[in-house]
Amino acid sequence: MLSIRNLGVRIDGKPILQGINLEVAAGEVHAIMGPNGSGKSTLAQTLAGHPDYLVSQGQVLYQGQDLLSLNVEQRAAAGIFLAFQYPVEIPGVSNIQFLKSALNCLRKQRGETELDALDFLADVKQKMRQMQMDETLLYRGTNEGFSGGEKKSNEILQLLVLQPQLAILDETDSGLDIDALKRVAAGVNAFRSPERALILVTHYQRLLQYLVPDRVHVLQDGRIIRSGGAELALELEQQGYAPDTPKDSEDAPNQAPEVSDDDG
Amino acid sequence: MAKSTPPLERMLERGYSQGFVTDVDSDSLPPGLNESVIRQIVAKKNEPEFMLQWRLRAYRHWLTMPVPTWSRVHYAPIDFNAISYYSAPRSRADGPQSLDEVDPEILRTYERLGVPLHERAQLAGVAVDAVFDSVSVATTFQKELAAKGIIFCSFSEAIQKHPALVQRYLGSVVPYTDNFYAALNAAVFSDGSFCYIPNGVRCPMELSTYFRINAANTGQFERTLIIAEDDSFVSYLEGCTAPMRDDNQLHAAVVELVALENAEIKYATVQNWYPGDQDGNGGIFNFVTKRGLCAGAHSKISWTQVETGSAITWKYPSVILKGDYSVGEFYSVALTNNYQQADTGTKMTHLGQHTRSTIISKGISAGHGQNCYRGLVKVGARALDSRNHSQCDSLLIGDTCGAHTLPYIEVRHPQAQVEHEATTTKISDTQLYYCQQRGIDTETAVAMLVSGFCKEVFHKLPMEFAVEAQALMEISLEGTIG
Ligand SMILES: Nc1ncnc2c1ncn2[C@@H]1O[C@H](COP(=O)(O)OP(=O)(O)OP(=O)(O)O)[C@@H](O)[C@H]1O
Ligand SMILES: [Mg+2]
Repeated sequence: MLSIRNLGVRIDGKPILQGINLEVAAGEVHAIMGPNGSGKSTLAQTLAGHPDYLVSQGQVLYQGQDLLSLNVEQRAAAGIFLAFQYPVEIPGVSNIQFLKSALNCLRKQRGETELDALDFLADVKQKMRQMQMDETLLYRGTNEGFSGGEKKSNEILQLLVLQPQLAILDETDSGLDIDALKRVAAGVNAFRSPERALILVTHYQRLLQYLVPDRVHVLQDGRIIRSGGAELALELEQQGYAPDTPKDSEDAPNQAPEVSDDDG
Repeated sequence: MAKSTPPLERMLERGYSQGFVTDVDSDSLPPGLNESVIRQIVAKKNEPEFMLQWRLRAYRHWLTMPVPTWSRVHYAPIDFNAISYYSAPRSRADGPQSLDEVDPEILRTYERLGVPLHERAQLAGVAVDAVFDSVSVATTFQKELAAKGIIFCSFSEAIQKHPALVQRYLGSVVPYTDNFYAALNAAVFSDGSFCYIPNGVRCPMELSTYFRINAANTGQFERTLIIAEDDSFVSYLEGCTAPMRDDNQLHAAVVELVALENAEIKYATVQNWYPGDQDGNGGIFNFVTKRGLCAGAHSKISWTQVETGSAITWKYPSVILKGDYSVGEFYSVALTNNYQQADTGTKMTHLGQHTRSTIISKGISAGHGQNCYRGLVKVGARALDSRNHSQCDSLLIGDTCGAHTLPYIEVRHPQAQVEHEATTTKISDTQLYYCQQRGIDTETAVAMLVSGFCKEVFHKLPMEFAVEAQALMEISLEGTIG
């Protein structure tokens, strides 16, 4: 579904990602972990098409097409969804209006008709109940004054309503209390299917107990330095991101950095 | 570094869908202004002597006044002798007695503008007075309103049929000495709408005037007078459009509102005069004086305006809060794009005790647009327990536009409460990006963000006009050519 080849990204001329390789097949869940500032959000934003992130090298294929040639809304229409690490507040535009506008724009781009307003509302409310979200949030400005946890839940509500193909969740678990984390995980599990794929950016093993990944990757200094199965996350939690003991690389598409004196 | 401004700029190239010209035979006075022109207007309209005398006094006063220069708008001096002060569709010369006598071309014009005048298609629940160039061509629902004692007709008709009311109230809120353009209007105004709501009557439908400038080199000087007697209520709407022309056209209107005891007048404007082209050529100069007098205790006047058009807007709908416990409100959205300039705001003059006023102004600037809020809150020495709350928010789209907030406060009562809040924000690239990531295209996203910004004001508009205002904002912000 997604094939990232030797991807390099610069921000304001400064190299942030330096040769990322990653293959994500339909139905898979990949976790991306790594220290603060290692480039996890940069990777997520680059896939979504943020205009400030300049691709300096490499290629990204998504469902066989050249992802990097599409603009932000075309990527969204093609089924890419990013749950933001810091969801954006849009005062004055109610949450329900925002959701409806997004869904209708997506449907239009896909050549589908607008959804009936009542069906739409019923669908949203049912998903909110599933997430145990307060319905009054629908009528407030999008994310406006939402608590940290409410914002994160709202991202997942959007995910459930918009039904993308490839969802990238950037630290959606950060800032959630234990019950909210379970509900978010349940929401995301409901979204999973053999046709869909998921990339989870996280710092914690906790989320991965509920959303068991097929692969775990460690990002450091703009490179994937290790990849492994679900057990790698557990190990990282116990031992930290010690880059000097690469263990599992037998099927990793990436090489450990051979240029170890380049500390980025 | 690809920044997201280019699509934003592209979509700001506006299309003006009302810019067509209607081909009708008109009866016009040659350009120029002198006493003889005023006498000719009075003669054409068969006005009584008191009107002639009042107009002449206004004209002579106007000659003594300098052109005002205090506003932030800039334009080349206007040659008042190059303007024609009267233009009427020819068929009107003998006065159409019914809609059947109105030139079908004009009826089609209003239909294209979304204001059908013909009985079968009239807007449900809205009575319309249509003013084409200098004269009113049709007023709908007159019979239904007359049954309740409501007078809703063209100003010309009111002068003929209700001269006592006109003589009593004309100039009582905006005297011709008020300002340069008010004096000019008094001297030459040719038509407009008149509305009288009797004691205790709630007007059962929205009243609406639709102004259209068609003829070239014509100034439109209309006058609106609304009188709400004790315990009455009326909601009034005004819409305006003009063809696209390379020259600037002058529009200098006066609106006077009088609310007596416990009466309420809601006055809403959706102003969409031709704004000029992308380089700032052409467009309407809109120099308007609007003022309401809360004459009686517990009376209320509220102005709501959505200003998207005109090359230059110069207008300050105001309220004089004379009656005790009277209430004045001003809700405004003003959008300037390309080279449009707007200097707009309000004046709230608190004279009576326990008076309240609220000002909410939303200015949106894009392109090279310049948007200035100018507001005066005045609390007189006898205005015990008076309060004002003002909120002025500016939204900037792009880096070449400007927003200015000029609040003036004059308080002469020690206990008055006057609050002023002002904010300036930009449509952030982050918000735009967030919308786009959810699949919302740029145009829809900008329209959504802007209408979110204007929400408090749009909520004050009557339902169907809120929809129209929203659509108008979208058109003004998009590149769509209608
Ligand atoms: N707009 C920007 N301008 C300059 N530097 C930036 C910008 N955005 C990100 N960076 C830098 O890029 C590097 C990677 O940032 P990124 O947000 O991708 O890290 P992250 O792995 O998501 O970290 P965290 O775990 O703290 O969320 C950081 O050093 C950051 O300071
Ligand atoms: Mg991050």
